[in-house]
Amino acid sequence: MLDFYAVDSLLGPEQRAIRATVREFVDAEIVPNVRGWWDRHEFPGAIKERYGALGLFGANLPEEYGCAGVDDIAYGLINYELERGDSGLRSFASVQGALVMYPIYAYGSEEQRRRYLPELAAGRLIGCFGLTESEGGSDPGAMRTRARRDGDGWVLNGAKMWITNSPIADLAVVWAKDDEGIVRGFVVPTDTPGFGAPTIESKMSLRASCTGEIVLQDCRVGPEALLPRSGGLKSPLGCLTQARYGIAWGALGALEAVYTCARDYAATRTTFGKPIAGRQLVQDKLVRMLTDHSLGLLMAHQLGTLKGAGRMTFAQVSMAKRNNVRVALNGARAAREILGGNGITTEYPVIRHMLNLETVDTYEGTHDIHTLIVGREITGLGALE
Amino acid sequence: MRILVCVKQVPDPNTVVYQIDPGTKRLVRDGVTNVLDPGAEVALEAALQLAERDGESTVTVVAMGPEDAEDAIRRALAMGAHDGALITDDALAGSDALGTAKALAAAIGQIGFDIIFCATESTDGYSGMVPGMVAELLGIPHLSFIRSLEVRDGVLTGQRVIALGYQTVQCPLPLLVAIASGSHEARYPALKGIMAAKRKKVEEYTLADLDLDPDDAGEAGARERVLELLPVEERQAGVIVEDNGDGAARIAELLRQRGVL
Ligand SMILES: Cc1cc2nc3c(=O)[nH]c(=O)nc-3n(C[C@H](O)[C@H](O)[C@H](O)COP(=O)(O)OP(=O)(O)OC[C@H]3O[C@@H](n4cnc5c(N)ncnc54)[C@H](O)[C@@H]3O)c2cc1C
Repeated sequence: MLDFYAVDSLLGPEQRAIRATVREFVDAEIVPNVRGWWDRHEFPGAIKERYGALGLFGANLPEEYGCAGVDDIAYGLINYELERGDSGLRSFASVQGALVMYPIYAYGSEEQRRRYLPELAAGRLIGCFGLTESEGGSDPGAMRTRARRDGDGWVLNGAKMWITNSPIADLAVVWAKDDEGIVRGFVVPTDTPGFGAPTIESKMSLRASCTGEIVLQDCRVGPEALLPRSGGLKSPLGCLTQARYGIAWGALGALEAVYTCARDYAATRTTFGKPIAGRQLVQDKLVRMLTDHSLGLLMAHQLGTLKGAGRMTFAQVSMAKRNNVRVALNGARAAREILGGNGITTEYPVIRHMLNLETVDTYEGTHDIHTLIVGREITGLGALE
Repeated sequence: MRILVCVKQVPDPNTVVYQIDPGTKRLVRDGVTNVLDPGAEVALEAALQLAERDGESTVTVVAMGPEDAEDAIRRALAMGAHDGALITDDALAGSDALGTAKALAAAIGQIGFDIIFCATESTDGYSGMVPGMVAELLGIPHLSFIRSLEVRDGVLTGQRVIALGYQTVQCPLPLLVAIASGSHEARYPALKGIMAAKRKKVEEYTLADLDLDPDDAGEAGARERVLELLPVEERQAGVIVEDNGDGAARIAELLRQRGVL
């Protein structure tokens, strides 16, 4: 791991071993292949079994549900290493773990947990998370999707947009307002009549990840579909807190990838008889990138410590997601500059990470939305609503 | 079956540039990242596969090394071994191949076994002598360069790599097999394995536990001496054969001169 401030010395032996195993896996199975997947706008379907075998899905959930039961910092390191490979292939695991398995664990019945979690952990089932709608993802409370009571079951109507994994998913965690206008979560098998998930084509970001819509037309589900302990917008937002935590680590993995690529490139690229790494302007860019990485890693580590102690606040998560993704994106843009013309081809990882990070900067709360969340926290004055 | 696997901790061949201390003529092991020998991982993989097919076997890993060699054992436990044994004693520093083999054989004799797996050679020392010596000290047969194996009714049938292919060999247990490098693809330790490994037992053995004297092993007992270290000869420039219609014949002639054909 790129580690200028010896964060490694703060890790325990299991955390190190977990990072090592994921790092080896990413170097052997993702790094050599991801360019092809990304160029072809292809999600590598076989990776789900590989993630499952390694235990990467919902790794921080308890062992009794077939998960690995790792601590929060180890969970962060997993995200870091996966995103060092590719933001899309990290998103694939984040959605499954933080946005599908977590709500089933946190808001589901014991029966739902036992039925779904081991299958999701092993990668035999793939899930997606449907919250965002086409009109204003930043304001999920304005959702139009409805769950109407129908006998002892429910009838779902509405449409979701920008849903990671939806075209390949076996089940969807769908958020809808009930007859009282309360947001509730439903676990909907994707082969339920009235459920559709068209693919969104032509993305120029997260091209190794599959994104789609969810279309619900009189989609009838039984009582067992409801997540009984979900209620109100705080339920989906609770999932987002989990996912944002992972992203705060993940983005730094992408920053490591673009930084090391730019540093190595600058060391060998010669202009006017000297490697460009020997130029002040280039060193300034590299030093900024490495400083941002070091600060971000220390913040992520402390965030993990707070999370483990049950003391992490949502504003702290917002700050870390906001900062770490933006510095990674800025770092990727600087790396792109250092690589000159070579920076725009996917022969080097830089432009792929840069374009991926445009999504990461937007999803799970945009950069500006997180500014407003932290701003409200420190001033007591809401500029968001 | 009780399966034992000898494993070693070595400086990480992927990140460490191996250096030899000119004074002691030994590999520099301090201040470098050490890992479970990739060759030992291959032997362990073969052992784990055998245990998984059989369903009732246990796999114990045995390592000799400094205290921190426990990290290598933990990695092996995370890959799926059931328990571990670490032979560690200050007096073992500087052991030669025979000293190492004596310590391993003594511990293995105490633990008990049906079959012992070793790598063909370690990635740092490359002497390749320890497996044969351990087998000899324990008075059991040694099958070298094994690339695949099966055990039925107390008899091992395996394929042994030779220059032009492989031989099928058979031998009743107990025995020691040295696994051919690259014959198995070692698994990554899964996260659940890593979490389970911290609950698994690692037994420590000192020289006294093994009834060995300081002059059986370690610097004092070493009979091998490294007399001289020489740098590798610089590679000669290659020969470029220009093809004027007879290129193939001239390449064949060059290969014949070097004894390849
Ligand atoms: C590839 C990809 C995958 C995704 N995966 C998922 C998924 O799996 N599940 C899911 O539910 N969603 C998913 N999303 C959706 C994502 O969370 C939303 O795109 C995001 O929340 C922003 O919503 P929006 O795109 O509708 O933008 P908008 O909400 O319309 O925002 C547009 C701009 O306006 C700004 N803005 C909005 N409100 C304010 C305000 N009050 N004050 C100041 N500025 C404001 C925003 O910061 C932004 O710059 C994904 C998105 C992408 C691109």
